[in-house]
Amino acid sequence: MPSTLGQKLWDSHVVRTAPGEPDLLYVDLHLVHEVTSPQAFEGLRLAGRHVRRPELTLATMDHNVPTRGGARAADDLSRKQMEVLAENCRREGIPLHQIGSRRQGIVHVIGPELGLTQPGMLIVCGDSHTSTHGAFGALAFGIGTSEVELVLATQCLPQTRARDLAVTVEGELPLGVTAKDVVLGLIGRTGISFGQGHLVEYRGSTMRGLSMEGRMTVCNMSIEWGAKAGMVSPDDTTYAYLERRPHAPRGAAWDAALDHWRSLATDADAVFDHEIQLDATKLEPHVTWGTNPGQVAPVTGRVPEPLTDTDVRALRYMDLRPGTALADIAIDRVFIGSCTNARLEDLRAASKVIAGKHVHPKVRAMVVPGSATVKRAAEDEGLDAIFKAAGFEWRNAGCSMCLGMNPDILAPGERCASTSNRNFEGRQGAGGRTHLMSPPMAAAAAVTGHLVDVRELL
Amino acid sequence: MESVKRVTGRMLPLDRADVDTDQIIPKQFLKRIERTGFGPFLFYDWRQAEDFVLNKPEHDGATVLVTGANFGCGSSREHAPWAIRDAGFRAIVAPTYADIFKANCYKTGLLAVTLPDSQVRHLIDLASEDPSAQVTVDLEKQEVRGDGFAYRFEIDAFARENMLGGLDEIGLVERHQSSISTYEAHRSAWLPAVK
Repeated sequence: MPSTLGQKLWDSHVVRTAPGEPDLLYVDLHLVHEVTSPQAFEGLRLAGRHVRRPELTLATMDHNVPTRGGARAADDLSRKQMEVLAENCRREGIPLHQIGSRRQGIVHVIGPELGLTQPGMLIVCGDSHTSTHGAFGALAFGIGTSEVELVLATQCLPQTRARDLAVTVEGELPLGVTAKDVVLGLIGRTGISFGQGHLVEYRGSTMRGLSMEGRMTVCNMSIEWGAKAGMVSPDDTTYAYLERRPHAPRGAAWDAALDHWRSLATDADAVFDHEIQLDATKLEPHVTWGTNPGQVAPVTGRVPEPLTDTDVRALRYMDLRPGTALADIAIDRVFIGSCTNARLEDLRAASKVIAGKHVHPKVRAMVVPGSATVKRAAEDEGLDAIFKAAGFEWRNAGCSMCLGMNPDILAPGERCASTSNRNFEGRQGAGGRTHLMSPPMAAAAAVTGHLVDVRELL
Repeated sequence: MESVKRVTGRMLPLDRADVDTDQIIPKQFLKRIERTGFGPFLFYDWRQAEDFVLNKPEHDGATVLVTGANFGCGSSREHAPWAIRDAGFRAIVAPTYADIFKANCYKTGLLAVTLPDSQVRHLIDLASEDPSAQVTVDLEKQEVRGDGFAYRFEIDAFARENMLGGLDEIGLVERHQSSISTYEAHRSAWLPAVK
């Protein structure tokens, strides 16, 4: 029977299936971080259980790590969480990339760059942006802490089968329009809950043309429209990215893996439960104006008239009036970072916009690379010098101001141009106001002091 | 997990759609390493407004949270259902939930049930007009009932069984040890291991 990529991934991980019960799925890689794991390890300890497959588990410190000053700069509770993770990993034999180590970074950045994220795998993590790994043709989704405990103990997860949704994006992206604009434009059309219960496959010529970094940006934000998972069929771009990464298979194993990976693509006559089409050639750079990622518009537009109570609340929180040109909105802060947009390609794209320019005097701007590896690579090609010369702060890796669990937060009322994934109320700091956009758009906002169409600077 | 069969009590009407988990429990309160103690921080930022519904004395002691669609979207933090439960709630009624949040509720023994918009609207209006109105969320009979109404809800049969029985899900999965071992024996050799 013809099958989709999503169903092939599902079927190949079924340990046990029984009528009236969810499928029991096997987890190939379990990623762990300091914030959603302590209670899971504690639960194991209380029940006298141990981690079944520590070698299929990888831990990193990312959510609450300070981006300067090391662990000493963390508050007591954050430091405690880091210490507890280190102790749990020691006790259970789980490899850990701790703060200050060479390969530490955001969990969804280091998995791919280490070559641990591969096509055909099932990957889970106690973090909703786990969908990022779907860019490789893996089935990847976020889970809660009780499920983290379950996976630690059994390497399995009972799951009710999800439906299939295809998003087909066709055409060449116009100048200044990025993968971030593809996904923001999509969420602007679908709203923030349309994807519920679905495995989304992003397909079409636009997706094929995106780099792995771009595909990760799109898949990363699948959860922002409610999808269970987002994925892209693996192809030569995927294989070229993976080859020779530290954990990628080598020699005969590479050939065997490749054979399997090439069998994963959705069959020609497979049927999706839903299909959505998006014309990439008509996309513009997008910015959010509200307090969820679906409240978004092209930067050439205006703050819309509110249609719902949620819109009214959002405009009040964001201190915006309908009819205001989006490009007239002044900003205080710029954050280039997060699992959505802090990979080398993102930093390169932002650096091109600011080269030879300077951050607006009223703006404080920072770059937080997605991992220590990204940071080193960026420094090797001189990107740090470009950012610093322009007046950006150049920080160490972590989730940082995407969610503001570390010292990097907005002050109440501050307005931020951010490359992250959520503009929820208070997300970047209580009372802070977030406008989501691509790295080049955030860089452009940094130098002009307001939201601006990056195409005017190119 | 404790067994959950039915919840009877007064309602807290939170008449908002798309409530994300950053609002339910803001990030600065995710630094605890225990599963308890989150209740005082439930809707922390929204609570700073005096007229926020959770601050109204007439709703003190409510055990059923009634709210809008797509409740619990955003972050996967299980701290969200922990905070709701810790603040005294034992059931939630909404038109839809974000997938991860709903799964987290089931694991926490928080009875998250789904009713159509019009029935949720009725409950929100009822609780707003008469904060003393009682409802029962009955998992065995799969209905939400009160004075003069009984609304049937559908729920995943497996999650229902687990909550009714108060079953330890890890224990259930461990029963399938031999299936897991068989699966593991057939995994491809090229799949990565971290060490």
